[in-house]
Amino acid sequence: MRYLTDRKRAVGLGSARTGTQTHWQFTVRSIVMVVLVPLFVFTFGAGLGGTREEVLAYFSQPFPAIVTGLALVVGLVQLMYEALEAVEDYVHGIPGELARVAVKALSYTLIAVSLFALVKIAL
Amino acid sequence: MADVNRGQRPLSPFMIGPYYRPQLTSMSSIMVRISGIVSLGAAVLLVWWLLAAATSDGAFAFIDGLLRSWFGDLVLFFATWALWYHTLGRLRHVIWDFGYCFKVETAEKLGIGMFVGATVLAILTAIVV
Repeated sequence: MRYLTDRKRAVGLGSARTGTQTHWQFTVRSIVMVVLVPLFVFTFGAGLGGTREEVLAYFSQPFPAIVTGLALVVGLVQLMYEALEAVEDYVHGIPGELARVAVKALSYTLIAVSLFALVKIAL
Repeated sequence: MADVNRGQRPLSPFMIGPYYRPQLTSMSSIMVRISGIVSLGAAVLLVWWLLAAATSDGAFAFIDGLLRSWFGDLVLFFATWALWYHTLGRLRHVIWDFGYCFKVETAEKLGIGMFVGATVLAILTAIVV
């Protein structure tokens, strides 16, 4: 005699929970990256390869500073989720949890450092 | 909930190798993941360079010299390739998510397009920058 209904047995199994939102945000950032990556590669690339004075002058202009800031924030969040996805697939249990923390810590640190550097250069 | 199996459900096995022949669609997909992680690594160098530029002449001279040496050029070229490839690969996922290009031949063409496109864009970047 099975007391539970089929629906009751299925609830909570294989549910996406917040996964749907995560997936949709990933899709949105993927579309944004198609615009942002070309902008960033050529803008940042143009800033590479000068003396320190030239670099500081270049990145204190509004356009290079804004493009670099935007690309490093949005791009690093996207790459963070890419790395988190890889961790979730290959590393499980406590090591997996710690690896997720490490990936997030690294990514947000990079974002904070790049924003600090841009602010210091631009202002 | 006596008869519900919680936590002991089977997980899907790691497919590539024993069950699944490596092919263009799967390899181009795995490369998206690898190129994404490579891009994250390259971001460390770029952020380091930016912070050094904001900090001092000495700090800047070190990382700038590293990135502009032949080895730095090589690293940046492959990082650029990875970033372009990753962007195109994620675009392919968007196209799939919206329900297009699911036929195997089309997906394989997209895979080749990602390799060729990333290579062309990386060379173009190297020429322009």
